[in-house]
Amino acid sequence: MTRRLSLVALELWLPVVVLLGWWLWSAGAAEPFFPPLQEILTRFREMWLFEQFVSDVLPSLRNMAVGFGIASVVGIAVGLVLARVRLLREAFEPLMHFVRATPGVALVPIFILLLGFGPSMKISIIATAAVFPTIIATMDGVRSADPVLLDISRAYQLNRRQRVTKVLLPSAGPQIFAGLQVSLQVAFVVMIASEMLGSTEGIGALTLLAQQSFAVTDMWSGIVLLGLLGYLVNLLFLLARGRVLHWYDGARKAAKE
Amino acid sequence: MSERQVRLSIEGLHKGYGAGAARKEVISDLTFDVHAGEFVCIVGPSGAGKTTLLKCLTGLHPASSGAVRLDGKVVDGPPRQMALVLQEYTRSLMPWLTVEKNVRLPLANLKIGKAEREQRITDALREVGLSDVRTSYPWQLSGGMQQRVAIARALAYRPEVLVMDEPFASVDAQTRADLEDLMLKVRQDFGITIVLVTHDIDEAVYLSDRVVVVTKGPCTVDEIIPVELPFPRDQIETKSDPRFVDLRARVFSRIKASA
Repeated sequence: MTRRLSLVALELWLPVVVLLGWWLWSAGAAEPFFPPLQEILTRFREMWLFEQFVSDVLPSLRNMAVGFGIASVVGIAVGLVLARVRLLREAFEPLMHFVRATPGVALVPIFILLLGFGPSMKISIIATAAVFPTIIATMDGVRSADPVLLDISRAYQLNRRQRVTKVLLPSAGPQIFAGLQVSLQVAFVVMIASEMLGSTEGIGALTLLAQQSFAVTDMWSGIVLLGLLGYLVNLLFLLARGRVLHWYDGARKAAKE
Repeated sequence: MSERQVRLSIEGLHKGYGAGAARKEVISDLTFDVHAGEFVCIVGPSGAGKTTLLKCLTGLHPASSGAVRLDGKVVDGPPRQMALVLQEYTRSLMPWLTVEKNVRLPLANLKIGKAEREQRITDALREVGLSDVRTSYPWQLSGGMQQRVAIARALAYRPEVLVMDEPFASVDAQTRADLEDLMLKVRQDFGITIVLVTHDIDEAVYLSDRVVVVTKGPCTVDEIIPVELPFPRDQIETKSDPRFVDLRARVFSRIKASA
């Protein structure tokens, strides 16, 4: 118990010091672009708890969740097919690496042209940008499945569905989740970008609007919210990953001992 | 032995890789039979192509020419009546499945009821002494116990022939002796035919009804040596029997001559 407490203390001391430092430094400063932290937090409470939470934060999060969900399912399915079908893989791999190297944010103008400013544009752009890390990670993970396990699967006459669901996907699991985590980060960035570039609602739009109308405190409260959301979304992701891959973490720990 | 039914027959088996002048012959004109209920060990110098032979036996690799027959039927893919235990127990079990789920996985496609399936899992785990760790994961177990899980998976599948590739090469000596005795018990209890590939001469003589000595490069049968030692066998008694010592020397000299 004391060990756990000291671990928590070890993780928390630096953020606390940073916050305290910010608070004290900004409280007395007359900097126009760095308002006192106290004011930022007050605006934070007024704006996001919970007046604009429903009108602006929830739609943003919904767009990201749907976009990321589509990217996950499509990314795993496409990665699996490309890993298994050599002809398709050789045809699509160069193109895929090219598209992946194009920053997702750069695609936003095209999507606005094609789909306008509504949620369907935002969801499409999030899904499109976020799908590639998962495709590539799944493909690599499935291809690096242990040949011994594949021999065993054949010897025990597992059918195609069992080979995919019971052998290939679980064995690629650690790599798939590494890909999903990158996809999630991309989805978050593109969610904000799609709102900043072409929208009047959403956290990104409100933050940019505040900046453009010199409502500096509002801008800061938007940035604080984005930081907190990014942290919480990643935390949720890690919890889900830990549940699915507990066998992997356990096996690695056992191998070290 | 000759009047017994032939379960597995290997006739003029060839296996090679590459073509033309670069062609490498790994197995050359290999022929022997395994009878129903027999325990046969294939022993040979390292690098003799024993693992390739095993892959051809189990239908995982196609033969270049010649044939493997199981109950008279040509093996052209992994047959339902065969089960496989490999040396690398850490790699041949699914680390994401518990012990009982590992054993259950191959049973899902068999046309047996749920009760029968669960009974088989219970029986197989009891046979190998793992009834207490059903819900553990393989990586929570020692090496010897993991190999017992692989053996239980094979037994629950109820094969006619159990093929084992160096199954005890990666465990310590005491565990190895325990697992050898387990295999003799399994053969007794389940009445299955066992083909075990090993490089360990003592192990081959101790377990076998007959030892098939293979030569190196390319792999072919050098000599088939019957082991007429009484059952039940015992790690201390059998291994100090003068006949055991003679057989051991005989196998050893054959391998030395062929290496």
